Amino acid sequence: MQTANLLVVLLALSAAAYLMAHGRSVALARPLGGIRHLHSLPFFYGMRASIWCALPAIVLLALWLMFDEPVISMVLLDGLPASHQPSSAADYNLLLNSIENLASGALSKDGADPVLLSAAEKLSNLRNTGQLLVTAVVLSLGTLGLGWGWVKVSPQLRARQQVERVFKSLLLACACVAILTTLGILLSVLFESLRFFQAIPVTDFLFGTEWSPQMAIRPDQIGSSGSFGAIPLFVGTLLISMIAMIVAVPVGLMSALYLAEYASPRFRGLAKPALEILAGIPTVVYGFFAALTVAPFLREAGEGMGLTVSSESALAAGLVMGVMIIPFVSSLADDVINAVPQSMRDGSLGLGATKSETIKQVIFPAALPGIVGGVLLAVSRAIGETMIVVMAAGLAAQMTVNPLETVTTVTVQIVTLLVGDQEFDSPKTLAAFALGLMLFLVTLVLNFIALRVVKKYREQYD
Amino acid sequence: MTESKQSHTAIIQRSLARRYRAEKRFRAYGLMAITFGLLCVALLFTDIISKGYKAFLQTSIQLNITYDADVLGISDLNNKQQVALADFQGLVKKSLQARFPDVTGRKEKRDLVSLVSSGAGYDLRDRLIANPQLLGNTETLWLSADDDIDTYYKSMGDENGAFTGRTSEMRQGWIETLKQDGDIKLGLNRVFFTHGDSREPEQAGIWGAAMGSLFTLIITLSLSFPIGVAAAVYLEEFAPRNRWTDLIEVNINNLAAVPSIIFGLLGLAIFINFFHVPRSVPLVGGLVLTLMTLPTIIISSRASIKAVPPSIREAAIGVGASPMQVVLHHVLPLAMPGMLTGAIIGMAQALGETAPLLMIGMVAFIVDIPGGFTEPATVLPVQIFLWADSPERAFVEKTSAAIMVLLAFLIMMNTLAVVLRKRLERRW
Amino acid sequence: MVNKLVTDTAEMLEEKTASRKAVVHSTAYPEQAIGSPFVKNPKMSMRNVDVFYGEKQAIFNVNVDIGQNEVIAMIGPSGCGKSTFLRSINRMNDTVDSCRVKGELTLDGEDIYSAKMDPVALRARVGMVFQKPNPFPKSIYDNVSYGPRLHGLASRRAELDEIVEMSLHRAGLWEEVKDRLDQPGTGLSGGQQQRLCIARAIAISPEVILMDEPCSALDPIATAKIEELIAELSENYTIAIVTHSMQQAARVSHRTAYFHLGHLVEVNDTEKVFTAPEHELTEAYITGRFG
Repeated sequence: MQTANLLVVLLALSAAAYLMAHGRSVALARPLGGIRHLHSLPFFYGMRASIWCALPAIVLLALWLMFDEPVISMVLLDGLPASHQPSSAADYNLLLNSIENLASGALSKDGADPVLLSAAEKLSNLRNTGQLLVTAVVLSLGTLGLGWGWVKVSPQLRARQQVERVFKSLLLACACVAILTTLGILLSVLFESLRFFQAIPVTDFLFGTEWSPQMAIRPDQIGSSGSFGAIPLFVGTLLISMIAMIVAVPVGLMSALYLAEYASPRFRGLAKPALEILAGIPTVVYGFFAALTVAPFLREAGEGMGLTVSSESALAAGLVMGVMIIPFVSSLADDVINAVPQSMRDGSLGLGATKSETIKQVIFPAALPGIVGGVLLAVSRAIGETMIVVMAAGLAAQMTVNPLETVTTVTVQIVTLLVGDQEFDSPKTLAAFALGLMLFLVTLVLNFIALRVVKKYREQYD
Repeated sequence: MTESKQSHTAIIQRSLARRYRAEKRFRAYGLMAITFGLLCVALLFTDIISKGYKAFLQTSIQLNITYDADVLGISDLNNKQQVALADFQGLVKKSLQARFPDVTGRKEKRDLVSLVSSGAGYDLRDRLIANPQLLGNTETLWLSADDDIDTYYKSMGDENGAFTGRTSEMRQGWIETLKQDGDIKLGLNRVFFTHGDSREPEQAGIWGAAMGSLFTLIITLSLSFPIGVAAAVYLEEFAPRNRWTDLIEVNINNLAAVPSIIFGLLGLAIFINFFHVPRSVPLVGGLVLTLMTLPTIIISSRASIKAVPPSIREAAIGVGASPMQVVLHHVLPLAMPGMLTGAIIGMAQALGETAPLLMIGMVAFIVDIPGGFTEPATVLPVQIFLWADSPERAFVEKTSAAIMVLLAFLIMMNTLAVVLRKRLERRW
Repeated sequence: MVNKLVTDTAEMLEEKTASRKAVVHSTAYPEQAIGSPFVKNPKMSMRNVDVFYGEKQAIFNVNVDIGQNEVIAMIGPSGCGKSTFLRSINRMNDTVDSCRVKGELTLDGEDIYSAKMDPVALRARVGMVFQKPNPFPKSIYDNVSYGPRLHGLASRRAELDEIVEMSLHRAGLWEEVKDRLDQPGTGLSGGQQQRLCIARAIAISPEVILMDEPCSALDPIATAKIEELIAELSENYTIAIVTHSMQQAARVSHRTAYFHLGHLVEVNDTEKVFTAPEHELTEAYITGRFG
């Protein structure tokens, strides 16, 4: 049976379990004098039965869906003669692919290797048997659960406690998705990165100054040896992020200060949401704006002043990224500034300070830790920003701090290396994961520190 | 003593002018910062609207089309292979040659034929299949013009003169003739809202991407909302204060700030390479976006659960409700408006997200309109990215128009969130 | 018949309570504060002062003088407007958007609310100490030197050092903090923090110091120290102190002003107010009938 159909049947079964157990509990209660003589409400007896029916079966089904392919592949390969055993990971994938294609009919069966043909047949058989097996097991588990739920119904059964325990565990499981996600990210980038570092030494990657990820497809090919020194990417990323922060930090901070300390409630009510529009615009729109409006404008302006500005200059990407981050900085700063107690302002004004003196000498220093935290978060966002740089920054990995030239960034390279059809095992693709690992670690550290700082800061004034 | 006070006052008075200048300056900086931000908003919108509004219009050319069976090479309309191979573009060619009989020379003829979109043949085929009696007859039709012609025709009224680009003087002359005869016009661009992607700008539409976005968001919403709410309920109502809970919390806050592209890498490595889910499908996109929006939803759900006053929980516990009943009967219904607002904002974030979807292959060129969760699809922002990369000038217009559509959706969602918050928010 | 009796009794009861309330509340506020609100050569004088928060009037026609080098205490039940009144003396109310002040307030004969009077310069002359100690999150030294630096009162570092030391001395804090001037002011105890705030206020040599319930957040020992300090400071400064502790008013002030719901009811020598109040509202408050 198809997985979707199987699920529907299972759900129907568990609904039946609910009704049956519910009915039985009511029936058992009647001679005793009503449902208040039951330990729990009939609802809980019903729920308990339907959980018993559905939960184990669904868990089994999920496990099967996760691991059926690897298991089948393993069985399949074991059955192949030694002459056909793959020698490398690349071979392994190739072999599986051709068997797959033979089985699905995408590859003509004429003139195919008889060994592979039989393997393809075996694959189809295995799949069918597997499907059949899982259907049978899941359905019988469901029925068993139903029966168990029904049989156990008795006035003494602590059904509510059991149902609530399951409910709580489900909630906990949902909360753990966050941990699983982090783990998943870490494992996926770490695992692929380790494979990359087997081919390219870590030191070459971290300290190399040349980046040209073209690998020779054949060993005898000339001129495409590939070098994976990531320093130019780091330099480019930092350059663009720095330009962005030069725009975003003063503008965001000053607008937050103005809105919090000077603006009339009316003006604040209008300007704040208007500024926050910037935060809601998708990054791809900023990218388009940077590439088609800002970059040509900068180039023409540069020509007017006798400067050569690249059409994919770091400046254009950085400026637009800065604009994107303005509302991020200003809303973080706003929170932080509002957390400074009014008594500080009173104390300073009472000594005869002007408003700006109060802001500069009392509020700003008091809010500084929080602002630093906010800026760190903004930096982490600038480093990880992808679409603007993909669309407006270049691909050329240059070591330069001249904002008028083209640079490339870590995220741009990840996208370039992974978009399009590549073989999954080449160092070129794996390099993307190594870059991803660097990106993840750097932003993780930044976020961690920033969130800590902000939290400490808030506790100080609570 | 009095004397020293006098001198104090004098000192203070003397410095006042300088200090007030500084005050004014500081205020001006603040105002400048806000003006800059607002200016950017205005600039962005005017730039995109001025670039894109014309994409909602399409130039079309009126022609007399004769469904000549010989030109088509069709003898039997029920023969599918014949219809599939038939030269419908030939009809356009013949009709244009009839319209401008004095055009000779191969290059000129080729130029002439390409006045009309190369996709016009498909429209003619669909018409013929719908009305078989048209075979052998003539009808007068408006056909989409080629994108170069479209760009030229739309820019004819511009101050700096029309954009000629690849439109030669000869073609300009033909257009002038058509214009005088009233055989060329600007009309509403239906193709843009009903078609999928295409290499030909005049045949390209956003419907495919919009459907892709819809399927992706359905997956995202149906997974991230229940999981997010459940996680928030656990953390707010049940979680013991221990290291494990702290770890979960730190994780959620960190994930909210992890670059989105990293989630794309996760999707590629885990869903595609490990679980062998097919590439480019809304299912994977939805899963990746689920993981990405989950922190947002958890954080906002927690905030709205926190806002439910403890007195309500105490009242429920006081009449003997179990913790689960307290949550299901009281806390969740009261916190629901806030959670929904959070979910809408999360969905808006997911709708605008591009980078992680590039990683899982949703960047492929897909003409067909996806019909389900496991059919190859792209989404609106990725479509924008693809078109922005296309060299044809006409795509700039399309890209801007697609951006306008995307922004319209986002503004609608955010307005909905604001309205929802205003209407349903309770003040305790 | 019975019914009639019941309603009658109810009505009588109602009347009775109403009249009892009237004893306290319907007493006409005096047109002028009773006692001696005015003095010769006042440091500050307030005439016909009304304060509004938006539509709501918080202070009604207050007339009072503050004499040279005297300590005047402002007492009254909470919400009676004494803090509002105090904050309008150095225009701290300017920072509240909805607040308007009417009437004539002068410092040494200069109109406080005139266009010529600068609020910044005014606050340098009329310093303020707040209810909750609010040292800045800076070092002790920087807290005290903040005002002199703002106003440019010291041209050299040595001068600044001198001002800081003298202010801390006067605030009675020098011996406790002289070895840790570079440590944050927020690290001091509550009483020390409040004395630091007083040192901060006197570092710019104000002519008048306003104190808004300076001891309400402190323990009795710290309170005693602050009260001692106020007595010492009164030799050089004019002090207006808002307090809701009658004992405190009695201990530290020369004159006492009694406020009631925004009206100034009675001003007299402190001793007189507490031993022989002239107005029944004052008497009611002093004797603890409400408060």
